[in-house]
Amino acid sequence: MLLEESVCLVTGASRGIGASIAMRFAEEGATVYANARSEGSLDALCESNAGRRKGTIVPVYFDVCDAAGQKAAIMQIKKEQGRLDVLVNNAGIMKDSLIGMIDRSTVQATFETNVFSAIELMQLATKLMFRQGSGSVINMSSLVGVNGNRGQAVYAASKGAVISLTKAAAKELAPKGIRVNAVAPGMIDTDLFRSAGEEAVERFSSCIGMGRVGAPEDVADVCVFLASDLSRYVTGQVIGVDGSALM
Amino acid sequence: MSNIETYNTAFKDTLEVDDAMLGADLVYQSVENWDSVGHMQLIAALEDAFDIMLDTDDIIDFNSYEAGKAILSRYDVEL
Repeated sequence: MLLEESVCLVTGASRGIGASIAMRFAEEGATVYANARSEGSLDALCESNAGRRKGTIVPVYFDVCDAAGQKAAIMQIKKEQGRLDVLVNNAGIMKDSLIGMIDRSTVQATFETNVFSAIELMQLATKLMFRQGSGSVINMSSLVGVNGNRGQAVYAASKGAVISLTKAAAKELAPKGIRVNAVAPGMIDTDLFRSAGEEAVERFSSCIGMGRVGAPEDVADVCVFLASDLSRYVTGQVIGVDGSALM
Repeated sequence: MSNIETYNTAFKDTLEVDDAMLGADLVYQSVENWDSVGHMQLIAALEDAFDIMLDTDDIIDFNSYEAGKAILSRYDVEL
């Protein structure tokens, strides 16, 4: 197993890509602290993991934008495990707005969730990793953050910021043995993606070179690689998981 | 070990200073080892010793031996 004895924190783990990452990490033997905002929303994930996975999934409920909640979670992990090997900053929001119709509250909410919380959690998590002299931080960016997309200026800017954050942090933390990488998923079959409607889904799908929409597991497998020692010499990278999508 | 002894030990171990230097003159960058790396090591040592986690603002404000005492008091660590 690739993540045996690893302690991981995955944010936004109640569904979609985050849930898949938590499951895959547990499958690889990790103790996974799975985060979500709403109490009870991780019950299904924990139940599906129980009895068939090698590792453990521990629910930790907090809003990633709440500094006190972040700190309490890191303290809990420190007290219970004494270490943290992997942080996956996955929680995020996406609100589409055309230029000219972007209101400040959308910008603020998007950056609070997608960027500020990632910076703050990385600061807290790397305090534990710093003591160990090792660790892996995985930030969830997006194909949109690399290429941009019509109607997604704010979301694209936030995911672009995640890439810049990743590259800068990787340089700063490399001497301490901490790796920082980003994953840039393309079109992945999640509730969020499906919410765009059947017609839009078909249109998007026709732009994918590999001829299919990605599965959350496609992203989770890349995260397993980045979390494990298989990627021990990989840092500051942005790995696209998009099946050759044209955007 | 009392809290003040624990506090002093963290400074002595991480910054490699002796007892005589523990006082008002000991401020950030006043000794060779209290640079940015030494600062994070000092913070880590204090967090481990007192089982606390300092807020980022407090880590930034922790710029002297004396300032540290006031900051730790906010975390119920009386020195």
